[in-house]
Amino acid sequence: MAEVDEGNRPMFAGLSDVSISEDIPVEGEITVPVGSPSQDDECSTLDEPVKDTVLRDLKAVGKKFVHVLYPKKSSSLLRDWDLWGPLLLCVTLALMLQGGSEKGKDDLGPQFAEVFVIIWFGSVVITLNSKLLGGTISFFQSLCVLGYCILPLTVAMVVCRLVLLGGSSKVSFIVRLIVVTVSFSWSTFASTAFLADSQPPNRRALVVYPVFLFYFVIGWMILTFSPSP
Amino acid sequence: MATPDDLKFQEFEEATDLLSADPGATTLSVSSTSTAPTPGDVKLDLSENEEGQGENSELLGREKQTGGFWTFEYYQSFFNVDTMQVLDRIKGSVMPLPGRNFVKHHIRSNPDLYGPFWICATLVFSVAISGNLSTFLSQGDPQYHYRPQFHRVTIAAVAVFLYAWLVPLCVWGFLTWRQGTERQTGGYTFLETVCVYGYSLFVYIPTSVLWIIPFEWLRWLLILVAMVISGSLLVITFWPAVRDDTKLTAFATVTTIVLLHALLAIGCKMYFFQTAVHTVTPAPSLAPPSSNHTGMLTSAAKSQ
Repeated sequence: MAEVDEGNRPMFAGLSDVSISEDIPVEGEITVPVGSPSQDDECSTLDEPVKDTVLRDLKAVGKKFVHVLYPKKSSSLLRDWDLWGPLLLCVTLALMLQGGSEKGKDDLGPQFAEVFVIIWFGSVVITLNSKLLGGTISFFQSLCVLGYCILPLTVAMVVCRLVLLGGSSKVSFIVRLIVVTVSFSWSTFASTAFLADSQPPNRRALVVYPVFLFYFVIGWMILTFSPSP
Repeated sequence: MATPDDLKFQEFEEATDLLSADPGATTLSVSSTSTAPTPGDVKLDLSENEEGQGENSELLGREKQTGGFWTFEYYQSFFNVDTMQVLDRIKGSVMPLPGRNFVKHHIRSNPDLYGPFWICATLVFSVAISGNLSTFLSQGDPQYHYRPQFHRVTIAAVAVFLYAWLVPLCVWGFLTWRQGTERQTGGYTFLETVCVYGYSLFVYIPTSVLWIIPFEWLRWLLILVAMVISGSLLVITFWPAVRDDTKLTAFATVTTIVLLHALLAIGCKMYFFQTAVHTVTPAPSLAPPSSNHTGMLTSAAKSQ
């Protein structure tokens, strides 16, 4: 033992010269977790009640709605994308656009399937177009943005239906025209604010034009909606 | 061979004159041909220069396509255009000049799919919406209940997109077959053909919007003007490709191209823009996509 100590002394002799500066905290804790994991483990959402899950998702959707209504260049809409909001808006819009039950095939407005297909297929085509032109936005992020920006048009649809309750006259048409025009330009402006940054500047117009066409067609469908007599 | 010698001799004289004036000047000998136009056997056929350039850049264009057709980059190479380029091509399609070949002058071995696709999409919606508006505006009856007639969008989409893809395929296939394996200067790739057809449809967009104005003579005048513009664009583009063939084939090809283009325009007008609601035809049953689309258009035109 004494030999070991003597042997050790030269090894550790230089340690006394080593100085550790005061501002490097060399401290820590080494504990081994024993026992069952704690009840409120934040990483696992499997055990929480369903109400919490639904409310959390609804809050995320609602926050994004607010982002769309006041479009600022924030990246949170792009970072935490989800497709619940677009689905909700698309289904609401398609249900409200149900054509009246008129006789004859010629007279029907866009059916549910047509509206659904136009919105989703149009979004996919615009996303593909943006990616092919060299955009840096990802596929689902773009779908998310385009879907959420339908919100002003859905609001316009609700307003139009309310206006049409008062009868369809020239005044109501002009009111509806103004509402739809305002909401369509709002949608285009909101989605451009999110999408334009991901494109090189000399191709921005090439990406914005299909978005404009997309919302124009949806606005047209809303404007020409006429309830069954 | 007196002419090249004369040129050389002249250059040398000029050089010696300059040298004698300033002996210390550095001399640079350029062995390229003189750019001064001389009479004789130097051909200054501009089309030939353009075609020579076109061939070189066509070869370069071939190298640009990267990857196989299952990769994303392959399709990205077809969208390699800027806003100004697209606008320039649209301008070139609206004002076709006899000297300028649209493919050589505007496309220049960078055929894009952006223009044809979005021009067709815009045309579909503009024709359907304008047709709807014109039917609505032509009603004198104040009790008329407005009907959106949304199924027409589907029909317009099928007609326009079939035309924009099948007809260039046929034209390209026919031209390639006639030329055999020899890469003649007038040969176009499939994408360039699609590009020309797509951009030639652009002039129909403002035409369809102007068709809302409910004067029959104005509509026929607009059709005529649009057909002249886009038809001449197609003729100017495809004439150099067929003029080396027999006269009959050349004329037949060009006539067929113009005829199909006219059929599309007239078919759209007849089907979507009707003046009285009681002649609204029920939607013709959509033929399977493999059938000839002109048959569908002519039947729609005939059912008027």
